[in-house]
Amino acid sequence: MSAREMPRWKMFALHAGLSLTCAVTLYPVLWVVKLALSPTQTLSMSANPFPESITLDHFRDVLGTTDAQGRWLFGRQLLASIVVSAATTLVGLSLAVTAAYSLSRFRFPGKQSGMQLLLVTQMFPATLMMVPLYSILQWLGLLDSLGGLVLVYATSSLPFCVWMLKGYFDTIPRELEEAAIMDGASPSQVFIKIVLPLARPALAVTALFSFMQAWNEFILAATLLNDASRFTLPVALQRYVGEYKTEWGHFAAGALIISAPVMALFFALQKHLVGGLTAGGVKG
Amino acid sequence: MKAAIVATLLIAQAVFAAPPALKLWHGYRGGEEQAIEQAAKAFTESTGIPVEILAVPYDALSSKLTSAIPHDAGPDVFIFAHERLRQFHRMKVVAPSGAGLDRSKYLKPAVDALEVDGEFYGYPLSIKCLALFMRDERALPVPTTTAELEKLMVDAANPAKNEFGLAYEAGDFYFHAPIYFGFGGQLFDAQGKAQFDTPAMSNSLSWVKSLQDRKLMPKEVSGALVKTLFNDNRTAMVISGPWFTGEIDPGVRYSIHALPVVSETGLPMAPFLGVEAAFVSSHSTQADAAQQLARFLSVGDATITRVVTGRQIPAELAAYDNDAVATDQMIAAFRAVAEKGTATPNTLEMARVWEPMKLALRAVLQGGVSPAEAGALAQRRYRALNREAPPTTSPVPYLIVLGVGFIAFVVWQSRQAKGKSFSQRYPEAGRGLAYVAPAAAGLAVLVVVPFVIGLSLSLFHHDAGDYSFVGLANFTDILTSKGYRITEPLSFYYTLLVTILWTLANVVLHVSIGLFLAILLKEPLLKLRGLYRVLLIVPWAVPNYITALMWKGMFHQQFGAINAILGHLGIAPVSWFAQWSTAFAANVITNTWLGFPFMMVVSLGALQSIPTDLYEAAEVDGASKWTQFRRITLPLLRPALLPAVILGSVWTFNMFNIIYLVSGGEPGGGTDILVSEAFRWAFQRNEQYGFAAAYSVLIFCVLFAWSQLTKRLSGEEQS
Repeated sequence: MSAREMPRWKMFALHAGLSLTCAVTLYPVLWVVKLALSPTQTLSMSANPFPESITLDHFRDVLGTTDAQGRWLFGRQLLASIVVSAATTLVGLSLAVTAAYSLSRFRFPGKQSGMQLLLVTQMFPATLMMVPLYSILQWLGLLDSLGGLVLVYATSSLPFCVWMLKGYFDTIPRELEEAAIMDGASPSQVFIKIVLPLARPALAVTALFSFMQAWNEFILAATLLNDASRFTLPVALQRYVGEYKTEWGHFAAGALIISAPVMALFFALQKHLVGGLTAGGVKG
Repeated sequence: MKAAIVATLLIAQAVFAAPPALKLWHGYRGGEEQAIEQAAKAFTESTGIPVEILAVPYDALSSKLTSAIPHDAGPDVFIFAHERLRQFHRMKVVAPSGAGLDRSKYLKPAVDALEVDGEFYGYPLSIKCLALFMRDERALPVPTTTAELEKLMVDAANPAKNEFGLAYEAGDFYFHAPIYFGFGGQLFDAQGKAQFDTPAMSNSLSWVKSLQDRKLMPKEVSGALVKTLFNDNRTAMVISGPWFTGEIDPGVRYSIHALPVVSETGLPMAPFLGVEAAFVSSHSTQADAAQQLARFLSVGDATITRVVTGRQIPAELAAYDNDAVATDQMIAAFRAVAEKGTATPNTLEMARVWEPMKLALRAVLQGGVSPAEAGALAQRRYRALNREAPPTTSPVPYLIVLGVGFIAFVVWQSRQAKGKSFSQRYPEAGRGLAYVAPAAAGLAVLVVVPFVIGLSLSLFHHDAGDYSFVGLANFTDILTSKGYRITEPLSFYYTLLVTILWTLANVVLHVSIGLFLAILLKEPLLKLRGLYRVLLIVPWAVPNYITALMWKGMFHQQFGAINAILGHLGIAPVSWFAQWSTAFAANVITNTWLGFPFMMVVSLGALQSIPTDLYEAAEVDGASKWTQFRRITLPLLRPALLPAVILGSVWTFNMFNIIYLVSGGEPGGGTDILVSEAFRWAFQRNEQYGFAAAYSVLIFCVLFAWSQLTKRLSGEEQS
């Protein structure tokens, strides 16, 4: 049987259905875009998701934020966000990769209970861990530092990353490694040259998750950091939500600016996303 | 040469002698922020002491202060409203002003607000209270009584065109309070306990309800709505505070007046008076300089700057004699209101009033509860929220049980290990552990330790910084639903049921929509496949707090996009957050939008791993599409989907942001899930951390049981 032919009407229905779904999906996003481009700071309340008049003032205001000394605050905060998210990804990934590899390949005491404990900590609501965490960070001298923030983010996303990666490593046949050892490769060479390249889709997904977690978080960042030029962007965004009023125009523009890099990453990593998320699960 | 050395020495001395900077934290935005920066600069110029200012997001300021100050990581001076003073005082984070505060310099109610047990704290900066805003072009006479006000509203309103006489945030007790007081309401009884079931409660609510029912006032009002209505001239009058002047479009002419007298009682509508003050931290290492800065900000030129640039209503009396201030109609109007007002009590009992009041207000205004029943409803909620502290018990028996358990565990473990030596059982243990060690160390310190502390917190009762050991009392109170019926939203079982429904509805929708779209997108002949896939992933990439706020706006009854679309289809507008079913649906819709892309991507990956020759073989055998789906797709998809479903269910179970930001638990806490309930106990009901921790432990137990169950299910799958 050659490539299945599809009747015209069926193809049309498929396109119509998907376009409709996309429209519904994008409708709220268009609203944010409308808010960001409209000249007012008010929520506009109509069914029309397209702006009636367009201005870039809100973007200009948000991008051009300066502090009392006239320094370019937005630039510094963007830098802080990038540094924190990149470092979180790096630290989180290197910790997760080694731990997951070990959990996938070696037997050692406490392994099963350790894996269980990892999952279990995810089930405890994070809000209540804030109070003790603050004391621990002070004890470590890591309050009010980007390093402390990176460590907290990296460890809190670890359980998910480790589980993801372990699942993926389990699907990589051991025979490949054994063959490499036979050829005289050292264990660390096997890990770096053979296992890691094979796990690329899972690594991409895990990196994306760690990055997103650090990039979007604001409660911890607002509590731990005491210097406006080191606030991450979501904290800066929260500043537009006041006690009595919210500057919706600025908030929407800021929200779009914050979402843009994550969306770009999603689109860049799309292909890996599909493979990386599931391959680990296929084996169960 | 000599001169140069002297100069260098002098400079060096100046550098070393320069006093360390004072830290000032605030949550201001816009003009108020500019004003405080200017005032701080003036302070540095006159004293030589530098000031480091930190503007914190308003929502984060309070918790940031109470975490940082006790750890010596906080500011020297901070600006906050006086309502939290009692809590700050009990947590020992504020220092008394002592002789530095000259009380005769400020408006009396502003200073009175800063007293706790005979001692004064902080320096009053500005006051905030409610007044009546009227649009000039309507040329309405200023109402002095509610009867006059009502008549003006009838004349100004045009229900057919969605035009109203008056708009204010009626569902918020801060805005209802003046009406309640005007009807003769008293918040506290003779013993100082909060009371709700009073005639004033039902009378004030009947009046407001009748205004709303006659469409003289909009329903479900938010601050954004009030602003839109006033600027579009769709309401003649608004009740709001000084901050509202910044929201009015530049072209709009308006005037500000005191609230009228209630005709039935002859009492004035007396608004709550909020006082913003500069407080000195009790942990400041430069207490004198800090007091100096706080005082400086509250008087003289600093006040004028705050009035002119920040548009604040000054607490300092002398400011009103300044030319720029005296001619300002808005400032004069608010001063007149403020002098008659009394400050919001800064007592702990006051903090307990808000939630029951809000519950009663919303219940009446959204229909369902009559004004006469509102008081009893609030009273019951009040009793449930303010449970007595359980008796303190000795921790010794618990420690003994823990110790015995630990020893038994160690003995059991070593028994298990008998027979084989360690290296025989675990030949690769060394390498395995070395690989795990860095992650394990990080997790132990930053995740496991806080987790264990969180667990043990559930055995304590917390009261303003003091913890007392109460054993399992928190758990027995929750599990026996002490103080309220099992069928009430506050009960654990009710909330658990809602949480399970919530999780189930979401997971079913996520998986079915995700899978359906994945099957559509799998079609190899489809053009634009990549584009569709990209567009459908978008919700996943948007931070979820932004999503939640957007959907909340779209569900607004009168001005939300959803009701506008329903209107085009000829369906009457739905008051989404007035009934449980629609509020729950609103939450589920939002979270479905947020969550289906994840399942779609997982399903896409899983579908790709199914070999196509299976389908071809089925087609040859003449199996229908539906049979193929049931016999091939579903069974082969299951192992890949199961872990995603388990993960998704745990995430959904604890999805705090959506519930908190979309329905906010409305109506009456009915749509709250366990996590948001735990959050309320921890942060909105007098910081009952112990009780909240007990809730969290129970959440944890439920999820743990669930994960064991699914593990068994997937285990059966494999075998």
